[in-house]
Amino acid sequence: MGSPPHFYRFAGRWLPWLTGIFAIFLIVGLYGGLVMAPPDYQQGESYRIIFVHVPAAWMSMFIYMVMASCGIIVLVWRMKMAEIVLISSAPVGASFTFLALVTGSLWGKPMWGTYWVWDARLTSELILLFLYLGVLGLYGAIDDKRVAGRAVAILAIVGMVNIPIIHYSVDWWNSLHQTASLTKFEKPSMPPSMYVPILIMALAFKIYFVLALFQRVRAELLYRERNSRWVEELVQS
Amino acid sequence: MKRLSLSQAFWFLLRRDLLLGFRNRSELANPLLFFVLVITLFPLAVGAEPNLLARISPGIIWVAALLASMLSLDAIFRSDFEDGTLEQMLLSAHPVPVLVLAKVTAHWLVTGLPLLMVAPMLAMMLGLDESAYGILLLTILLGTPVLSLIGSIGVALTIGLRKGGIILSLLVLPLYVPVLIFAASAVDVSSVGLDAGAQIKMLMAFLFLALSLSPVATAAALRMSMS
Amino acid sequence: MSLSEFLNMGGYAVFVWSSYGLTLGVLLINWWLPFQQHKQNLKKLKRQYRQDRKRNDSSS
Repeated sequence: MGSPPHFYRFAGRWLPWLTGIFAIFLIVGLYGGLVMAPPDYQQGESYRIIFVHVPAAWMSMFIYMVMASCGIIVLVWRMKMAEIVLISSAPVGASFTFLALVTGSLWGKPMWGTYWVWDARLTSELILLFLYLGVLGLYGAIDDKRVAGRAVAILAIVGMVNIPIIHYSVDWWNSLHQTASLTKFEKPSMPPSMYVPILIMALAFKIYFVLALFQRVRAELLYRERNSRWVEELVQS
Repeated sequence: MKRLSLSQAFWFLLRRDLLLGFRNRSELANPLLFFVLVITLFPLAVGAEPNLLARISPGIIWVAALLASMLSLDAIFRSDFEDGTLEQMLLSAHPVPVLVLAKVTAHWLVTGLPLLMVAPMLAMMLGLDESAYGILLLTILLGTPVLSLIGSIGVALTIGLRKGGIILSLLVLPLYVPVLIFAASAVDVSSVGLDAGAQIKMLMAFLFLALSLSPVATAAALRMSMS
Repeated sequence: MSLSEFLNMGGYAVFVWSSYGLTLGVLLINWWLPFQQHKQNLKKLKRQYRQDRKRNDSSS
């Protein structure tokens, strides 16, 4: 897996399968969330946004963790593949963070009457988005992509150390100022007809992440290794 | 040549940077001026209603301190990077994180500590309750070194870039959030007569965490930038 | 439950459907852009290698 031509071929072989599995999970999850799940007794149908909002929020954290783990691999073993996986994850993670923010505020409008409330979850999600944009910005700003890869690895690890602190601070800050919160659904009282679709959607998003990542890694590999033998053979054949 | 011990190297570097900092008066005065200027803008923008200003003054002072500290960050390594001293520092036999700590300490003494002297005056102008002055000074004393330490990582990552400034703020400001939250809240609660002990303890925890971790990250980033 | 009732989402249609639409849209874009990028990279490399070979042939 560590060698670029190997990974390129491996990802290419798995892409169609992953796309198919993702489509199945997505359809099942959407059906479960939009049709099967009963309306909430307080919020009516508007709560159905959680079936995309909560999995997207989970993904935004999960992908940052993946990036930080890649960062450690880059710094300790200097693996080129980990660098490429790290930077290819960032746009996908930023997209999920963006989705969590926008769906959160679309859900907030019927609940709170405004699109934006300085709710703890939304605020930390917003800061997480800035962290992602920082990673992308730093990578874009450094011309030598080998150096950029290592810089981003350090930044991802620093971010990972800070995320729990930021999260805790924002939670604490929020409890101080007492605003409405979206946490209702995190109680264990949620019936299975509601949390099963959330889990299925979360799985679908995870598969999607791998699939989008493979897609990006393949494009990036071709570009970075354009002077190597295996790319030349691959293109000529 | 005589070899320096680690603590000698630390003090030597600290003294050298302080000397350079105090010689360059404008570098000393600019963050301070910026701090005062930003705070002057607020009454002009939101109106000079005394109750409102007193209410939001902890936030204003801290946001201004954050920006002032961020704008002065570039000076930590800039001149040493340009004249090659930084490269020599990385090649020296001493552990780089300790040398980084010396440089950041010097930078904080030159740019962060002076904020302490003007803060009471600005707090008075904004009408902050007098009972909060002590806590305000304490938060600046504990908070600004954290800002310098976190900021040094960002500077080390962007030092080789021609247009590093805007990227630096993107990298560093989100990481400043916890300090801002706890410091502003400490001043806020003490201005209404409540105890700010919890917030102060959190700031102390941040300071120790930053002291122990950020020089390591900065050293790694510097090595990466110079390679 | 009728289809129009389903589409109406108890009066919250705008919020629910725009969230789902946006999600699918963003996922689609994130899938499509690197796909295009990959195709373009392949094409560009093919052209470049052809030019290189031509140059080598004419010089030798």
